[in-house]
Amino acid sequence: MNDKPEKLIDKKGVRLDGRKADELRPLRLQVGVLPNADGSAYIEHGKNKILVGVFGPREMHPKHLSLSDRMVIRCRYHMAPFSVPERKSPAPSRREVELSKVIRESLEPSVFVDLYPRTGIDVFVEVLQADGGTRCAAITAASLAIADAGVPLRDLVVACAAGKVDDTVVLDLYDLEDKVGVADVPVAYMPNLNAVTLLQMDGVISPAEFETALNMAVEGCKKIYPLQKEALKTKYMTVKEEVEE
Amino acid sequence: MSTMLTKVKQKQIAQLIAEGKRLDGRGLTDHREITIEEGLIEKAEGSARIYLGKTQVLVGVKVETGEPFPDTPNEGVLTVNAELVPLASPNFEPGPPDENSIELARIVDRGIRESKAISTEKLCIEPGKKVFVVFVDIWVLNYDGNMIDAAAIAAVSALANTKMPNYEVEDGEVKIKTGYSPLPMKSHPITVTMAKIGDKLIVDPWIEEEQVMEARISMAINEDGNICAIQKGGAGFFSPQKILEASKLAQDKAAELRKKLDW
Repeated sequence: MNDKPEKLIDKKGVRLDGRKADELRPLRLQVGVLPNADGSAYIEHGKNKILVGVFGPREMHPKHLSLSDRMVIRCRYHMAPFSVPERKSPAPSRREVELSKVIRESLEPSVFVDLYPRTGIDVFVEVLQADGGTRCAAITAASLAIADAGVPLRDLVVACAAGKVDDTVVLDLYDLEDKVGVADVPVAYMPNLNAVTLLQMDGVISPAEFETALNMAVEGCKKIYPLQKEALKTKYMTVKEEVEE
Repeated sequence: MSTMLTKVKQKQIAQLIAEGKRLDGRGLTDHREITIEEGLIEKAEGSARIYLGKTQVLVGVKVETGEPFPDTPNEGVLTVNAELVPLASPNFEPGPPDENSIELARIVDRGIRESKAISTEKLCIEPGKKVFVVFVDIWVLNYDGNMIDAAAIAAVSALANTKMPNYEVEDGEVKIKTGYSPLPMKSHPITVTMAKIGDKLIVDPWIEEEQVMEARISMAINEDGNICAIQKGGAGFFSPQKILEASKLAQDKAAELRKKLDW
């Protein structure tokens, strides 16, 4: 477990998991997977497996948290104890509190919050298995779940990370690249509005490499976007077929 | 005094900024006046108080011995914690740290950790068993906007004046000797926070501007001009072009501050 590979990219530019520098991991999205939630989505992004359930718009509890002119969005990002190699305590860690905040802030610009005064929606993210880039996969799924709940959106939010591994800027880092690599730049993006709604970075990166990474992440988001739309359509195609039968 | 802003004032602030002016007379990319007092807490191994305009943040550093993390047995440990003390603002309440104070601590932590500001490998006493643990505690004393930059700059300057106890190892026991040596440091990152109001970027937003801003972005810059941490905050967005503009601005402002602070 603690053996760090010397090189994460070989001479031919192939990464340890066989991908090229600007290649995404395989992605699978499904909408409407939880019967009790108002909206839900499931994402498999590489080995990441994440479920998102959305409740609302509904009355806020406690009531005093509601706002008279807009909807309140709450978000909880949570990892299952068995989602990582060493059992994680189910109590929310500081990392999870921070991620809940940045995920919420990445979704907020997409929602027409002023259409639903005095209400709230709760976005619950459960990471069932984590393999690097969970916040991005969570955002991609959460935006779908909010759409599935029937909340009007300006655009879907789609997220993807880029980063620096060895000396190369690469797309969509998995766990090992994230831990051993040089830098990680998660980005959330609304393609139709050309709007970045989440941006974080840790690691050391030159301004020029940062520009490359940012552009690469945005391109990655644009590749995931059609899959997201497809997943949403698939659900309603199934509903339509059932009704017509 | 409440920190709620009337819509009229919000509009006034936004309009002024669109014209390239600010309510407190600063240029769009000017910081407020910065003053740093170092070593004011004698019982802490390191400390610094920063005044960024009316925002006041005190950072204390304690150094103790403890166990290393299993995945880094040869490295000392850095722990950053932030408290939004209730006396700092009518809106801060006592209680366990909320998401704002956790986010603040984690932004400052990332800036220090990723820039390798502290040479953690020099803080190892006995590999896998005993290392020095550096506790950085951020105490926000008066909140008037942009506590990220205030806390990040104060934390680095507190670390820079931190004294490590001299020690020797005798039969596996650590004995603290008299005298001190400075905490081994490699870098002094400078964090610059910018807010987006309309289509303008402003540096060092104060409290009223924070209530008008759509989103903010903070970047930690090291000596080489490389970026070592970024955090976007707030429920708004940036275009990729705006982010690159912010990156350029952060470089310039960090270099300017570095000269001013003589880091």
